[in-house]
Amino acid sequence: MTRRYQFAASHRLHSDALSEEENWRLYGKCNNPFGHGHNYVLHVSARGPLGAWGVAVDTRLLDQLVARQVLEPLDHQNLNADVEWSKPAAPTSENLAMEICRRLKRNWSAVFPGVWPTLEKVRIEETPRNIFEVRADEIE
Amino acid sequence: MVITRRVEFSASHICRKPELSDEENRKLFGLAANPHGHGHNYVLEVSIEGQPDPVSGMVLDLKELKELLQREVLAPFDHRFLNYEVAPFDRVIPTAENIARDIWRRLEPCLSSQGRKLHRVRLYETPDYYVDFQGDEACSE
Repeated sequence: MTRRYQFAASHRLHSDALSEEENWRLYGKCNNPFGHGHNYVLHVSARGPLGAWGVAVDTRLLDQLVARQVLEPLDHQNLNADVEWSKPAAPTSENLAMEICRRLKRNWSAVFPGVWPTLEKVRIEETPRNIFEVRADEIE
Repeated sequence: MVITRRVEFSASHICRKPELSDEENRKLFGLAANPHGHGHNYVLEVSIEGQPDPVSGMVLDLKELKELLQREVLAPFDHRFLNYEVAPFDRVIPTAENIARDIWRRLEPCLSSQGRKLHRVRLYETPDYYVDFQGDEACSE
């Protein structure tokens, strides 16, 4: 089962490990010091057998989890300045997908305490052309 | 993880086997066998599997991927008649399957290095019809 969400946020691709010039060479216009924004589209996929109601996942519970862990802290925020990352890193969409997956995985059992459903995959569309997917089993 | 870049190109093609009659071609390929050809707005999704670099945070610089797709796919394919202008489709019937495989062959040598590899080529011939190619091994017995 996959549920789709949207949030808008700004970011600047910049690595503290590199000089200004190296950052500009690596990230190009994405390194603009003032940052820029995207309407991110997030797909959260979960897996489970059909329960008594014929559904695999209670979407109300999933919506609450995603709202609390992802949408409320990220929507209309600056990913560099306003968001606390569990592993500090340049806010590329690769790292963003991993951060979101980590947040959902860590808080999953508080919302879904049983064996099922399990978190399967997180997909971030930075734009309709640039898509990033991470499987939950790739994240500690 | 898997990252995907999506691009579009428009091209025309004919699906027919020269050794078959018009009637046989029509039976095999339907409207796609029309001898004057027809066109599609193809949508191509290229997916690469790898781990983000610890410094850059990127699996592959998407600017590089964009330039690669421009050079290897869009420049030769966009606004072309595939059967007449793009090898190997003078010999190979340009079905979506064969086009996807040809795009894989063009991209795979440029992308598989340093802990990353080409994961999938997905080609939409129309919004309602697409094919996935993941290398010849994926389809062999």
